[in-house]
Amino acid sequence: MTDQTITINDQTFSFEPGETILEVARRNDIDIPTLCYLKGATPTGSCRICVVEVKNARNLLPACSTPAEPGMVVYTESPKVVESRKMTIKLLLSSGNHNCAVRSGDPDNWTAYQLRVQDYDNSGDLCPAWGDCELQNLAFRYQVCGEPFPTAPPHYSMETVNPFIVRDFSRCILCGRCVQACNEIQVNNAISFGYRGAETKIVAAGDRPLRDSDCVFCGECVQACPVGALFEKNARYDWRPWEVKKTRTTCSYCGVGCQLELHVKNNEVVKITGAEDTPPNFGSLCVKGRFGFDFINSGDRLTTPLIKEDGKFRKASWNEALNLTVKWLSEIKETHGPDSIGVLSSARVTNEENYLAQKFTRAALKTNNVDHCARL
Amino acid sequence: MTNSIADIEKAEVILVAGSNTTENHPVLSSFVKRAVKFKGAKLIVVDPRQIKLTRHANMWLRPNLGSDVAWINGLMHVIIKEDLHDQSFIENRTTGFEELKAMVDKFSPDYVESITGIPAQQLIEAARLYGSAKAGSILYCMGITQHTTGTDNVKSLANLAMLCGNLGIEGGGVNPLRGQNNVQGACDMGGLPNVYTGYQKVTDEAARAKMEKAWGVSGLPDKPGLPVTHMVPKAYDGELKAMYIIGENPLVSDPDLNHAEKSFSRLEFLVVQDIFMTETAQQADVVLPSTCFAEKNGTFVNTERRVQRVRKALEPPGSAREDWRITAEISRRMGYPMRYENAREIFEEIAGLTPSYAGITYDRIEKVGIHWPCPTPDHPGTPVLHTQQFTHGKGVFHAIDYIPPAERVDTEYPLYLTTGRLLYQFHTGTMTRRSEGLNDRAPESFVEISAGDAEKNGLIDGQTVRIASRRGEIEARVKVSDQAVDGTVFIPFHFAEAAANRLTNAALDPVANIPEFKVCAVKIEQAA
Ligand code: SF4
Ligand code: SF4
Ligand code: SF4
Ligand code: FES
Repeated sequence: MTDQTITINDQTFSFEPGETILEVARRNDIDIPTLCYLKGATPTGSCRICVVEVKNARNLLPACSTPAEPGMVVYTESPKVVESRKMTIKLLLSSGNHNCAVRSGDPDNWTAYQLRVQDYDNSGDLCPAWGDCELQNLAFRYQVCGEPFPTAPPHYSMETVNPFIVRDFSRCILCGRCVQACNEIQVNNAISFGYRGAETKIVAAGDRPLRDSDCVFCGECVQACPVGALFEKNARYDWRPWEVKKTRTTCSYCGVGCQLELHVKNNEVVKITGAEDTPPNFGSLCVKGRFGFDFINSGDRLTTPLIKEDGKFRKASWNEALNLTVKWLSEIKETHGPDSIGVLSSARVTNEENYLAQKFTRAALKTNNVDHCARL
Repeated sequence: MTNSIADIEKAEVILVAGSNTTENHPVLSSFVKRAVKFKGAKLIVVDPRQIKLTRHANMWLRPNLGSDVAWINGLMHVIIKEDLHDQSFIENRTTGFEELKAMVDKFSPDYVESITGIPAQQLIEAARLYGSAKAGSILYCMGITQHTTGTDNVKSLANLAMLCGNLGIEGGGVNPLRGQNNVQGACDMGGLPNVYTGYQKVTDEAARAKMEKAWGVSGLPDKPGLPVTHMVPKAYDGELKAMYIIGENPLVSDPDLNHAEKSFSRLEFLVVQDIFMTETAQQADVVLPSTCFAEKNGTFVNTERRVQRVRKALEPPGSAREDWRITAEISRRMGYPMRYENAREIFEEIAGLTPSYAGITYDRIEKVGIHWPCPTPDHPGTPVLHTQQFTHGKGVFHAIDYIPPAERVDTEYPLYLTTGRLLYQFHTGTMTRRSEGLNDRAPESFVEISAGDAEKNGLIDGQTVRIASRRGEIEARVKVSDQAVDGTVFIPFHFAEAAANRLTNAALDPVANIPEFKVCAVKIEQAA
């Protein structure tokens, strides 16, 4: 159908009824920046970073919440659009403690402000999202810093009392993505917008710490936050995006099989994020999958084979431990028959390993005594 | 699961039975909650505890422990009586309807109320809700299976789904939620005493011959082996002499632990392969250090039958080795060499021997996993099972009568105990209890009790009590909670030092050999 098309930057694209300008653009690899938009949730159109110029429209329109209409002519980086975005970024940078280098070129102003914030939060640290911040990226992309606007002192102090998530309201740009992540994606209904006007804040359970609310520490909000306002507590000073190697894998806890990214630095997992845009979880994780990884690099891990002698374990070489195992299994098989041996394979190990365990039991031991503890 | 996880959002009605979904399958529970909040789905939760999901539910039915067959038969009674069943599905796709109809005839709402405690009117409303839906999805978990009647319970849910034509369609299905990451895979791979990969029976001569040829051996055993729940008593009797345990911790997860411990100590030889010194490894003669999921390549299968990649992200500690390399090395030294370069080669062998995996390769699942069955390289996989016909032709209705649980409360043991998991811990705790944050949220065991029962027994929140069953006793703190209902207490089973399974009953389901973790009788006393 010819009329189901729009023109973006002089190129014509077809669209499905109900698709937004942003969706059509992204499907065709046209980059329109967004901040408050969260995939899978209802667009709120509140940050106005995604505005585009639509021919014959009076104002610039937010691409994330404007449906495509037949014959629309859209420009995504026109001078008017760029000017508007610059202004939006400037305002956002000036609204809080965005103390990465892009905030201002004036060191005096910068330091004075810094000191006030440090006083307030007992933290002189640079923003932990440095290098992984959508606002910082936009500031760079549009070459903006925040100086001409007076900086407001933060209204609210940092929340560090739970073991997983640090909430630093001095960096919150009130985009609302965390609220949508919590209410529309995970449906944990733990956080919402609270107070009004300049006092606006994201609150849990009548403005209590997360741990005293319905929060279940899934961390969906942390992954959704575009800036450094929500951060994994343990990764805060350990994780730099360019220092870690990311490996996509499958969660090893429950049977949902969420796809996740292990962020590894110096042979240690320092952070886990949900793999976006892929089933079954489309970026979501639960507290175990996201935060329950300490065991991997735990000092309690077994590192060498052990043999029990007189009721006590002693270290042994692989050769010795395997020989002893083989000697016992062979003798028992010989004397009492194959069915006197049982093998438990595991719901925790891979398919390949389960396959070999049953193959070994059947082909080498010659018994079908193989099971696992799935029912337990 | 007969259907996929994403499919839940297409259901008109979702019936969740015996699954504390928000705690045990949190990300999957989001699909349920979203379906209710944004897609207009109706949610019926059937659970003896007032679990969190009930907050999102249109109806919460609270059955007495172990009365599942009764309420499911009751739903079917009402559905048939009110003519809400799917006549054409029943005629074209199933057999045994008349027997089922005769059986559920006596399960009138009043009779069901007398067994389950579910008010007759609620049962009728739930039946109407599920029975009138175009697509109704059933989700269930251990609360259905861990009973002496577990197999009956599962078959009853299948009856219910077939009765309403809710199989083989989007948004429908009977969907078991697997508790551990790779339960599905362990079963698919033949980690079971009676089948090879893809559920090919060891008693089937052709299947045996196929494996003998592929594996280069002769004389594969033709009678099914022992399930784990039989291995333990056989070890106790001295018939089972040795065990090789890979990554399992039965000495926290087994029922009636005191008995299980004695059984394991009677083994002549025990070798345990694990990443930690677990309670089970403590009993071993030899312990072999293995790698965790982040240190190896391979595949897991999730609860929706999706085969997904596991990838190595870091080096294992010390001289720990991948489980498959250890098994292969033991096998080689016993005179049966297994030569593989890597996990991919093993997977290729699996695909070659397993029709439902035949079309799956590492390359195909590099980005997105595939649902088996996937018989050919160009087959897209099967998110919804049974769309055309059932595996064995027609779907069979099973007429099933209600049988009470193996253990009932009496004057000496007046409370029912049910066990389960917590959001912040996992299984026997070997992994989660090593996470500071998770322990901060769920540091120790507790016994969850209703305010009414607490008052009756003179117990206060936070005090330490002794909980005893006919098999053992443990101490734990009292947690008065509105999730609990009168007459039933709950204890999580993660904590070895106060292991709930010292109390539980090892009575087994006769078919599935699953112990009755979900029901036993206990008493609570002030700790000395
Ligand atoms: S961690 Fe999860 S539950 Fe808690 S506020 Fe964030 S999104 Fe909501
Ligand atoms: S905390 Fe982050 S996601 Fe939430 S409103 Fe603030 S900036 Fe946005
Ligand atoms: S992240 Fe949570 S829900 Fe997902 S697989 Fe892991 S344990 Fe299960
Ligand atoms: S991204 Fe469109 S208004 Fe914020």
